[in-house]
Amino acid sequence: MLLPALVFAFVSLVTLGAAIAVVTNKNILHSAYYLILTFVGVAAVYVMLQAPFIAVVQVLVYVGAIAILIIFAIMLTRRLMSKEMEQHNAQWVPSVVGALALFVVLAWIVYTAGWPVQEGTPPLDPISQLGQDLLTTYLVPFEIASVLLLAALVGAILIGHEKGMRREE
Amino acid sequence: MADLINLIEDWIANLLLGWGASEELTLFLLQTLGSVLVIIICFVIVIALIWVERKLAGRIQDRFGPNRAGPFGIFQSFADMIKIFTKEYVTPEGAEKGAFNIAPVLAMASVLAIWAVFPFAVNVIGADIHVGVLYIVAVGAFGILAILMAGWSSNNRYALLGASRSVAMLISYEIPMVVSLLVPVLLAGSTKLSVIVEAQQPWWFLLSAPTAALIYLISSMAEIGKAPFDLLEAESELVAGYHTEYSGMKFGMFYVAEFLHQYTVGALVTIFFLGGWGGPLAVRWPILGVVYFYGKSFLIYLMISWIRLSLPRIRIDEMLNLNWKFLIPVSFINLVAVASVDRILLDLALPIWIDVGVLFAVNLLILLAALYLAGKSKPALERKEFPPRPVAVPPGTER
Repeated sequence: MLLPALVFAFVSLVTLGAAIAVVTNKNILHSAYYLILTFVGVAAVYVMLQAPFIAVVQVLVYVGAIAILIIFAIMLTRRLMSKEMEQHNAQWVPSVVGALALFVVLAWIVYTAGWPVQEGTPPLDPISQLGQDLLTTYLVPFEIASVLLLAALVGAILIGHEKGMRREE
Repeated sequence: MADLINLIEDWIANLLLGWGASEELTLFLLQTLGSVLVIIICFVIVIALIWVERKLAGRIQDRFGPNRAGPFGIFQSFADMIKIFTKEYVTPEGAEKGAFNIAPVLAMASVLAIWAVFPFAVNVIGADIHVGVLYIVAVGAFGILAILMAGWSSNNRYALLGASRSVAMLISYEIPMVVSLLVPVLLAGSTKLSVIVEAQQPWWFLLSAPTAALIYLISSMAEIGKAPFDLLEAESELVAGYHTEYSGMKFGMFYVAEFLHQYTVGALVTIFFLGGWGGPLAVRWPILGVVYFYGKSFLIYLMISWIRLSLPRIRIDEMLNLNWKFLIPVSFINLVAVASVDRILLDLALPIWIDVGVLFAVNLLILLAALYLAGKSKPALERKEFPPRPVAVPPGTER
């Protein structure tokens, strides 16, 4: 049982190292690359926790959509790429306090949680089980999430559609 | 003899266990051996494919194609390989070294990683994970990332233009691709590739979901980024697109990844719509299944080549219109229709050939209606004349 522990140590070291590099790196594009490495590392942790669905969705959504969107936005924003950009602005004191408070709360939860272990075998086909549950037991949260996403989509189109931008006239 | 691959696997496993290796180590070594074997077969296929492709292109364009090295020029690829290995690596001034060097590796890896989950025969299956279909889509994201990294880090405007075109195209064509992939998942009732292939014996999903197959093929061709969807490396506009600055084997990796991607699309179409390893005697002799699998993929590969050698490059607005105004609506309507019809057929419990016939008719109806509607309104074909606009406008006078 030494090998899983070694792999876990390697994965978490890479993930944490990349996460630190995201914040400390001066070049914002390199930060985005390290962010991708962090996402992949988190996906690897999910794989080790026997949760392949969340792992794959993590890669699909965070690497495939969000990270590429971030990189694309950085590439289209010329001023962001200058080397002299400050890493922090005037609001660094409140953000440090906020981050520390979040860390304390999370650490307290992790420390005090009982981590209950439930006996039982995982379902034979976890994906179909997940689909059944989403559309029966958890139908209302599922639908609320869909409506929220639809609203976000419509909002994005409304913001993006500026009347003055039309070129045809 | 019939089950050659598992026979060899058992022999090696027994040999290793006999030498005193632990079970875990044996499994690990066998899996490593298997993946190395799959990768080597991929590369051998690519060497052959490059020659086939060039010969085919020559014939279609009414010329000879390679015919100097060896009979019919079959050694041309080897000559090219030796040449490309000996070439110098040029890193352009001002390039970002790290990203510049990682990008070709990532492009290659994103294609090769797809092969990890393929069912090659009835009992020769790669990593048979429950989330196989999602895995294939997720891994594809690294290919887009590689193109972006290559385009940005080259410090070349043509490369960057190619990369930004690729994002507009690849991300939007992913939508009809994934939606049409849902149809075989729905019909098989699983996202596991081996289950999807087994559900197609002997009625291939090409018969019960032809519309999804067509949409998947078109959007996959866009994902490959070759003609008619080669806007991201349009030679007449962008030199060579995102890999303009690459030389030697680094360019070679992009090139091989592109060829392998086309073959991989052939394999994916085979798995999702053409019954994978299915064919006469494939269950009794799994080795035949492997042959069928690679053979069908090769046929789809040839078809894609034929299409792309026959059609001219489409304009960027046509490309976006085709996707957002045709493929996406049709794929969504198709998904809903197939889901409802399949559900009704499930309750009726008819013989399977009637099910397939009804689904085929529904698909055909949707496709014909969509093509009719698309033919009636053709705003994409009108040429718009834009009034000349000054390139630079003094500040404060913008409209």
